[in-house]
Amino acid sequence: MEGLLNPRLMRNLLPAFSLTILLILIFYIQPRTMSYLGLNLLLNLALPIAFATLAQMCVMTVNDLDLGIGSFVGFVACVGATFLRDTPAIGILILLGCVGVYAGLGALIHQRNLPSIVVTLGMSFVWLGLALLVLPTPGGKAPDWARAIMTWKTPMVPFTIYASIFVALAVHFLLMRSAYGVVLRGAGGNPRSVERAGWSLLRIKMAMYALAGFFGILSGIALIGLTTSADANIALRYTLLSIAGAILGGGEFVGGRISPIGAVIGATTLTLAGSFLSFLRISPDWQIGAQGGILIIVLALRVLINRMEAK
Amino acid sequence: MDISKLVCLAAATAISVVGTVQVSVADTSDKKIALSNNYAGNSWRQAMLKSWTKNGEAAVADGVVAAADAFTTAENQVTEQAAQIQNLILQGYDAIVINAASPDALNGAVKEACDAGITVVSFDGIVTEPCAWRIAVDFKQMGKEEVIYLAKHLPDGGNLLEIRGLAGVFVDDEISAGIHEGVAENPQFKIVGSVHGDWAQDVSQKAVAGILPSLPEIAAVVTQGGDGYGAAQAFKAAGRPTPLIIMGNRQDELKWWKEQKDANGYETMSVSIAPGVSTLAFWVAQQILDGAKVPKDLTVPFLRVDQGDLEEKLAGTEVGGVANVEYSLDDAKQVIMGK
Repeated sequence: MEGLLNPRLMRNLLPAFSLTILLILIFYIQPRTMSYLGLNLLLNLALPIAFATLAQMCVMTVNDLDLGIGSFVGFVACVGATFLRDTPAIGILILLGCVGVYAGLGALIHQRNLPSIVVTLGMSFVWLGLALLVLPTPGGKAPDWARAIMTWKTPMVPFTIYASIFVALAVHFLLMRSAYGVVLRGAGGNPRSVERAGWSLLRIKMAMYALAGFFGILSGIALIGLTTSADANIALRYTLLSIAGAILGGGEFVGGRISPIGAVIGATTLTLAGSFLSFLRISPDWQIGAQGGILIIVLALRVLINRMEAK
Repeated sequence: MDISKLVCLAAATAISVVGTVQVSVADTSDKKIALSNNYAGNSWRQAMLKSWTKNGEAAVADGVVAAADAFTTAENQVTEQAAQIQNLILQGYDAIVINAASPDALNGAVKEACDAGITVVSFDGIVTEPCAWRIAVDFKQMGKEEVIYLAKHLPDGGNLLEIRGLAGVFVDDEISAGIHEGVAENPQFKIVGSVHGDWAQDVSQKAVAGILPSLPEIAAVVTQGGDGYGAAQAFKAAGRPTPLIIMGNRQDELKWWKEQKDANGYETMSVSIAPGVSTLAFWVAQQILDGAKVPKDLTVPFLRVDQGDLEEKLAGTEVGGVANVEYSLDDAKQVIMGK
């Protein structure tokens, strides 16, 4: 009994618990979702959000916040639907350049000691502007391979589920189990001691921002693989969704407290919350509020658990 | 056979067949139609949803269809609407009527709906996926008509101020293209300034107030709807003579126009799309479910208010609303036949 009431364990299990409850409710209300097609339709849009959430989580690891990730994903989508399809070499160069820009942002924020919120918020307008330059009106076409991957009919359960599990585990091992991962998280938890131990904080920030850029790119490409074409405004909502997903999944704004598996689950939960409300046939006027309500309930549970821990 | 041929064929057969098809209402009585709407934050969209609900409830009560539910996404976001469409597929609707957040980026979800055997009808914000039907508005023509009216009314021409809509939305590009085309054909007009009013009176007022000091005398303001009243306020606040401002059928615009008309004989015209176009989309979807042959591309007429019918239209428009017409099954058949 004591093991079950362990607050730390409960906090780690909360995201999975919320997801399971939501899934059971959805299966109950709409049994049609219990099929291969159903699961696919229900979950496929969660994958790009999961990538964006992981990107956000990388930045959160070093106590920063990325308010530009949504526009960045939109920019990647626009590049993906134009350059990456027509001239793959240039497309790949642009995307590599993006990772470089992200690493540069990390360096700038660290060197000049700037608030990340200001820098990334500024960058969000830069990304949106660039996206509009690349694709002034919605359109373009996703590369065939992106479309093929995202519509891949995997055996047993849809591709999204395999991809989510694989990515969650991979990042989990990278950040939570590897030796360097401990250092990276330590940079958020106690930067001073990490620096005293001889690690370059600059390099750590650059690495985490570059990783964020990398996941942002995966998110954008996964997204156009699903939508088939791009729009500069396609992913603006991802900024807030990614923050909500990372927090919902057990992350914290400060202290290098993160959970990659939780983040993927959090992103999926957010996606399912929307479907759940739609299946309930809640009037459109109430849906917006109800979605926020679900978030509040889950976060309130977290606060309760944290209080238990504090006792 | 490629798609365009198919569309042509469908169009051709529609014209010949529709006239003789006997519509049996009972055929769709067990069908469910859903509305997927991407945005509800302005008077036009509110009126559009209201028209849908009113018309849908009547249709359900009459046993024409089993359900006509409306779904709106929280924010005007492509990804959310794509998820919403996928949910509607899972809920087993027979037809989905869409006002789309993006003409292209929803194609993946729309294709999935078509593959699941669902009829997809898009209107106002249309989608380009070939399997869907499109009830489009000729926005370009709408912009052009504004200039044609001006050419008739201000034969001497003059400087124009253009108020545009939301940047990056294709409706804005289309209306603006139409206006510019009209101006190119009528060189006595010159666009001396252009601002984005986001189809909202407050934004337009601020934008116009910001650009006014730098502008010469303005003969007329060309608009996109939802911005005329704000423009008028900005001119008034700057103490400049009120130019001819094209209106966009909003109640506040029509009311202001009426006041000016009574006070000093002010003349203009007002043009926009009736929010009741959602009801047209509903009946088109119902007709498709009923087995009628409907061409993939249909065009909706604009709703234009002129000096003569201003009082009548204003009286029929509720405060804070938009001048509206709701379409009936017969109207839909007319549109399908291309009349």
